[in-house]
Amino acid sequence: MTDTLILDEPLDAFEEQALPATRVRGYWQSVFYRLRHDPVTLVFAAVVLLIVLAAISAPLIAPFDPYKESIVGRLKPLGWHGHLLGTDELGRDMLSRLIYGGRVSLLMGVVPVVIASLIGGMLGVVAGFVGGRTNTAIMRTVDVFYAFPSVLLAVAIAGAMGGGMGNGMLALTLVFIPPMCRVAETATTQVRALDFIEAARATGARTTTIIRYHVLGNVLGPVFIYASSLISVSILLASGLSFLGLGVRPPVPDWGLMLSTLRQSIYVVPLVCALPGVAIFITSICCNLVSDGLRAAMDVRM
Amino acid sequence: MPDSLALDPRDRGGLQQPMLIARDLRKHFPVKGSGNKSVQAVDGVSFTVDKGETLGIVGESGCGKSTLARLLLHLVMPDSGELIFDGDAVGVPDGIAVHELRRQVQMVFQDSYSSLNPRMPIRDSVAFGPFVQGKKKDEARHIARDMLRRVGLDPSLFGPRYPHELSGGQKQRVNIARALATAPRMVILDEPVSALDKSIEAQVLNLLRALKRQFNLTYIFISHDLNVVQYLSDRVLVMYLGRVVEIGPIEAIFERPLHPYTRALLASRPSMDPARRIEEPPISGDPPNPIDPPSGCRFHTRCPFAETVCETTDPALGTWQGLQSHVAACHMRDPLSGHSLSGHA
Repeated sequence: MTDTLILDEPLDAFEEQALPATRVRGYWQSVFYRLRHDPVTLVFAAVVLLIVLAAISAPLIAPFDPYKESIVGRLKPLGWHGHLLGTDELGRDMLSRLIYGGRVSLLMGVVPVVIASLIGGMLGVVAGFVGGRTNTAIMRTVDVFYAFPSVLLAVAIAGAMGGGMGNGMLALTLVFIPPMCRVAETATTQVRALDFIEAARATGARTTTIIRYHVLGNVLGPVFIYASSLISVSILLASGLSFLGLGVRPPVPDWGLMLSTLRQSIYVVPLVCALPGVAIFITSICCNLVSDGLRAAMDVRM
Repeated sequence: MPDSLALDPRDRGGLQQPMLIARDLRKHFPVKGSGNKSVQAVDGVSFTVDKGETLGIVGESGCGKSTLARLLLHLVMPDSGELIFDGDAVGVPDGIAVHELRRQVQMVFQDSYSSLNPRMPIRDSVAFGPFVQGKKKDEARHIARDMLRRVGLDPSLFGPRYPHELSGGQKQRVNIARALATAPRMVILDEPVSALDKSIEAQVLNLLRALKRQFNLTYIFISHDLNVVQYLSDRVLVMYLGRVVEIGPIEAIFERPLHPYTRALLASRPSMDPARRIEEPPISGDPPNPIDPPSGCRFHTRCPFAETVCETTDPALGTWQGLQSHVAACHMRDPLSGHSLSGHA
């Protein structure tokens, strides 16, 4: 095989090479291109980013110590003595507590989803690619969890293991593994039936190599989209657990917990009491809208 | 046949040893919820492929052509039967291992769309084979560039592109490059041009022909289009419902077909002459259900010459007249079968 062979036999192919003058763009590049041209998603992504930044830099930007109580300054309205968003039932600064509370809420929103994506995604890919009895074993086990509503399941698991932030996250992770597994399994099953997997097998590639190079790239998209939509659910469920006393323990600031303890004072300072709810609402709706934007951007027919 | 074939360092048996011998290959797919029934996709198929030749395999859709192709690469495990590659039995302890077979035999698939990973630039798709077979990433990329050039695609223009940016013909060229990137000795082409426009089809066929000469390849060419098979093949194997009904050199098959099914296939080609349009289809109806194939000769339900013997007795492949290499399975050719037309058809 020498390179001169090609010159000996000029192939007739080159007339077919006319291509549209588009720039070569990979899949993720085109996704980012679409996102950049979607102002709505960009705005909501900016809000999410702002909330995340605030949570990260809480010690720097919080005006007061979130744990410092004050007998005289209890349940004060917005703007009282420099407390921009008022104070809670123990006289702690609401703004500072909301900023610190974002840390816990975002952590509870993201960590369970990430862990569930890894575990559920892996299980789903294995179930989808291996098929047969392995698939039946994994997917039927997953179906058992589907029988319970996710809120009930989270409450049951957290309740059985006792409260606390760690157990709350564990409960949420367990709740998210089954749907994640299902999404990954569906995507894998679709890919597995295509000829390029067979072609890869025909080159003698091992199953692990095929999964790594040919399956994961095609499964990552759906899993990522689904995970992003779960973040807001996770934040809501985490707040719910804290509200019920199954999540974070006082005095740690957490939006769900704050909502729970302030609700008795709703007739005293209604605006202040509603604030944690507003924070939860804004964060989850922004996450949801960003997720929708991602879904639209990633829905490229290829 | 080029003399340089014997120079291939991987050659073991010499020129006389066929590249591939298939003996009594059988694959039945069980049908769920039907008790013991199964689709008899490939039912006792035997043939040989000589070094350097192109064996065409023709038949209606559903006759088991594609399953046969997958059996040859052990992508689907045969229920029974034997596969001998260059003198070595495939997948038995002292023969050739399946992964070794896959270094020497490659396949081009029919659906050029689904046979390329949509999330992979095509140069990576082509480089994947050499990479998996132990080449370093740089070497594999270099091979991919070379292969793309050889199938007539400019590697710097097409290499970084994704399959959805390519036309059907271009994708099929990439598939061919991918199959050749691992330097196989034999390539199984499973309907490589069926999904292409006629003009593109001709280009790809010419490309396949040129590549065969360049790389001293042996082809198994599967198609339902007799014209395409005629253009490329040295010998033809005709399949019907999972069985071989006729094998022979291309001229013999096209000029003196022995089996009524082969004749019907040939007659069903649209004529180029407007005065000789086909008015009556030479063969009608769908092939019978392969789950419950007809007894005796499987073609008897659609054969115009069928008699009682065809329903009861399974005809064997045999040489009946003319060339030694031209065999068919039909009672009409066997003087001892008891068919009223036997001996003088």
